[in-house]
Amino acid sequence: MKLKSLLVSLGLLAGASFVQAEEPLKVGFVYVGPVGDLGWSYEHDRGRKGIEEYFGDKVKTTYVENVPEGADAERVITQLAKAGNDLIFTTSFGFMNPTVKVAKRFPNVKFEHATGYKLSKNLGTYVLRTYEGRYISGVAAGMMTKTNTIGYIGSFPIPEVIRDINAAYMGAKSVNPDVKMKIVWANTWYDPGKETDAANALMDQGVDVMLQHTDSPAPLIAAEKRGLRAIGQASDQSKFAPNAHIFSVRDDWAPYYIKRVQAVMDGKWDSKDFWGGFHEDMLSLASINPNLPKDVRTKIDATLASIKSGEFKPFTGPIKDNKGNIAVPANHSLTDQELAQVNWYVEGITDEIPR
Amino acid sequence: MDSDLIVQILFAAVKTGTPLLFIALGEVICEKSGVLNLGQEGMMLMGAVVGFLAAYGTGSAGLGVLSAMLMGCVMSLIFAVLVLHLGANQVATGLALTIFGTGLSAFIGSGVVGQTIQGFQPIAVPLLSDIPYLGKILFSHDILVYASFTMTFVLMFVVNKTRIGLTLKAVGENPHAANAIGIKVLRVRYLAVMFGGVMAGISGAYMSLVYTPMWVENMTAGRGWIALALVVFASWRVGRIMLGAYLFGLASIMHLVLQGLGWSISPNLLAMLPYVATVVVMVIISADKFKEKLLAPRSLGKPFDPRQMA
Repeated sequence: MKLKSLLVSLGLLAGASFVQAEEPLKVGFVYVGPVGDLGWSYEHDRGRKGIEEYFGDKVKTTYVENVPEGADAERVITQLAKAGNDLIFTTSFGFMNPTVKVAKRFPNVKFEHATGYKLSKNLGTYVLRTYEGRYISGVAAGMMTKTNTIGYIGSFPIPEVIRDINAAYMGAKSVNPDVKMKIVWANTWYDPGKETDAANALMDQGVDVMLQHTDSPAPLIAAEKRGLRAIGQASDQSKFAPNAHIFSVRDDWAPYYIKRVQAVMDGKWDSKDFWGGFHEDMLSLASINPNLPKDVRTKIDATLASIKSGEFKPFTGPIKDNKGNIAVPANHSLTDQELAQVNWYVEGITDEIPR
Repeated sequence: MDSDLIVQILFAAVKTGTPLLFIALGEVICEKSGVLNLGQEGMMLMGAVVGFLAAYGTGSAGLGVLSAMLMGCVMSLIFAVLVLHLGANQVATGLALTIFGTGLSAFIGSGVVGQTIQGFQPIAVPLLSDIPYLGKILFSHDILVYASFTMTFVLMFVVNKTRIGLTLKAVGENPHAANAIGIKVLRVRYLAVMFGGVMAGISGAYMSLVYTPMWVENMTAGRGWIALALVVFASWRVGRIMLGAYLFGLASIMHLVLQGLGWSISPNLLAMLPYVATVVVMVIISADKFKEKLLAPRSLGKPFDPRQMA
């Protein structure tokens, strides 16, 4: 697999294009982390493999992993476009501006950027409603905490992460009015060592259940060592911490990727801002720990069911922000566009958002 | 901030500093012989993956560390042959070694991604660990941390007080003069480079066996590069490497702890601290009157060919 990606990138460097008998649709992926991170990039790659499985010879996929956000990303995306890819998925928030730039230069290539908000004629965006999973995580954490202090390891203070922190806190608060949440920003998506430090810093300060928005299972391992609890992110991380693990909120991108590849094949692709969650089977709760108390399990199942059916939407007013202003009026649920711009903490979170 | 928390912070700083200490000790010895090896990150990753594989296969963390040391040594030998025998550019070869190690470690580790092992467990040192505060901070770690203490003091002694140390410095300062008095320059450099590789291997094993006992791609996340900065920060003095490693550790811990306490300091600013500290030290020691004290080996990065005279 590694060798293949190496050869592919060498091919890109040489500007070579492969002539094939019946021209499969070429689909490129740009990942921010290594596919072996067992988190975010790993799941996107599972989505890519989902396409290959579904379409067989009719597609040819390529990926470039470990791409730094910024100027390097622009170079990589440009190369993928030049190499004749018909559809390119760029899978990290920081790839947004590079993708916008490259999309302008290659009007005949379709681009899709994950978690961004900028659209153009040949550039669509897609987002996971990870906040739905965080809300349920918050419910579980709020019920499981004995110290009434839960922790959250943030990556970068962007709307997606802030939104999820809010959702987690609202979930916890809904079952435990006394719950407090400590937030630590790791300033990285992926650094197992630093994530461990962040987890330990939180646990040193009385946190006994942890959520994280970074990609490695390191915080779960740290929690396991101390006999505390944590929730897995992006992929099923249960095997790293059989006792600590409450459940993992698992991303599943394949349904979306298959749909979009089909759209390009049918000539029906158009630029959209697509949001998918439990309802679209793009999120699931993986490996719910059998050692949870019965009432916690019941509550998790019930919350999942009400979110999945669409009956309950976490960001439904009245919700106040932590400065006392009304952030969501009564009887209003935030629209996707409003969700994309969440830059406030809900009432009860005592921290400030780093600027 | 209560005293318990301070103890916890300092304990964590030592732990965070340990992989940096190992790898920087190796690099400083390598550089003292006049060889600059930028392949630290690659050697560290190879140490991490091989250490993990061995520990996973045999169930013994000790064998894991030994294998990591061996792997680090092999990696450094590749580097040594290229730069010492074939006279390849040290900077370019070092960078290539890092790229090579990053890719190869991901490749050979792909089978154990997601596996977990029982790494080293903490051992409280009898008596010493009962000292209030200090006992917890320094003497309730795992065996590799104690090994890093020992290694620091042994190296301080060897470099500053023994003939071996003198020889090493002579080769790094002026290989031609050293050659003229009968020192086998290449042999000394080979040994120094290999020592650096062995230490990078242990450092990697520390990451995958103790710190975050697992293997995932690129898990050292740039610590090999920090080690290079640390050597400069310590101005090539062994004792200061230890101080520097723990300062780096402390700065990265504080940046996380203070946020949990709700201090409204920008985490970005705090994350920057260790690097700011390095720059400040660089500026200070580069000032003219301190220049003599900047102990950079004079032949650092230059190849040695006994047929040419200085």
